[in-house]
Amino acid sequence: MTEMKVDAIRNGSVIDHLPPGKAPEIIRLLRVSPGTPVLMGTNLPSEKLDKKDVLKIENHELSPEEVDTIALLTPEATLTIIEEFKIKSKRKVELPEEVQEIFTCPNPHCITNIEEAVTRFRINPGTPVKLTCGYCEKRYPADKLIV
Amino acid sequence: MRDLISMNDLSSEDILGLVEMAGKIEAGAVTPDMSGKLAALLFFEPSTRTCFSFDTAMKRMRGETLIMSGTGNTSAKKGESLFDTLKTISMYSDMIIMRSPIEGAARYASEKVNIPVVNAGDGANQHPTQALLDLYSIMKTQKKLENLTIGLVGDLRYGRTVHSLVQALSPFRPTFHFLSPSHLSLPQYLLEELDEREIPYYQGNDIAAVVRELDIMYVTRIQKERFSDEEEYNRLKGSYVITKKTLDAARKNLRVMHPLPRVDEIATEVDDSPYAYYFQQAKNGVYMRQAIIKTLLEAI
Repeated sequence: MTEMKVDAIRNGSVIDHLPPGKAPEIIRLLRVSPGTPVLMGTNLPSEKLDKKDVLKIENHELSPEEVDTIALLTPEATLTIIEEFKIKSKRKVELPEEVQEIFTCPNPHCITNIEEAVTRFRINPGTPVKLTCGYCEKRYPADKLIV
Repeated sequence: MRDLISMNDLSSEDILGLVEMAGKIEAGAVTPDMSGKLAALLFFEPSTRTCFSFDTAMKRMRGETLIMSGTGNTSAKKGESLFDTLKTISMYSDMIIMRSPIEGAARYASEKVNIPVVNAGDGANQHPTQALLDLYSIMKTQKKLENLTIGLVGDLRYGRTVHSLVQALSPFRPTFHFLSPSHLSLPQYLLEELDEREIPYYQGNDIAAVVRELDIMYVTRIQKERFSDEEEYNRLKGSYVITKKTLDAARKNLRVMHPLPRVDEIATEVDDSPYAYYFQQAKNGVYMRQAIIKTLLEAI
């Protein structure tokens, strides 16, 4: 069988070791600028995961909020920054201990949906990753918060 | 500890410290003096019992209180934000003791004002002072908090006193029996917390089957409005009424507790039995609330 590869990018970000089928959801959440070149591989063979997805985004360096979002949904992903076709840095995503401001609490009775308050969620590692609201203390799976 | 917002914020040392202080206050070994101090009791949800208990606690220490109950005569009815209300009241007082139907409101308040905040109940979330007085009551009756078997009966889904008590007891290696109708069972997030802490629990609806194992039976009211089908309510509620017969096989050390008010979930015939502890439990609330107020005001 011919080996399937996703072409190299010149400058940008590579998100590797995504669970199979996750790449379209991740690219939707990252909201890259229209017209940005994106290479996507899905259900590729992988030594580490059996099958994996890969995303390569040209001319886009992931923000800290985007990295946190990826970590919450796909804690096994790796991030690589590419400069002039060379690896500038490569690391596994790390789950933060807390995320602020990114998500809305789904609880309609939470103070954050009634007064002006910056939302805050504590991360509970696991499968799936869960987030606990810093105010109403309700706990939610990460994918319930990320819309 | 500047504020008391959630049982999740307290270590077992914090809990034992407050339990010990409540005991010293009750015994007269410590007589706190809050002369010149003013606590603002902001009860956006009406309460008689908890509000009176805090009012009594402060006044027995020679302190004073400002009481706001409901929103009827306040600027909240005019549309003032909670933030503005809290900031203004914090200019008049040394402490805010707050009950709100909004979950997380007390935590929010503690971040916005420069004086201690005590959570007197926030929606279906926490009621830490009730949990602490419940722990004090358990300590007094069982002479310990560790390794007890606790039965929680009634509405475990919406009862914030139950939620706070489960969290409060968790550091002390309990075994729980949760006895409720299936749609009023303990919320999943609390069961997950217990699993993470490897605390054993059992869920069921047959009180008689477990009563002989219990050290504490904590009863809460099953409210009619939690049932969409009145017939089901009428059919079920009898299974969760505690009578003298329910306690036939109880251990001698068992105590029946209830956060009150009760309606008919504990028959009045139980009141004279050695098992009934709910009125003494309410009295313990004053000592524990004195301990909390003293601890927080003396820490600043």
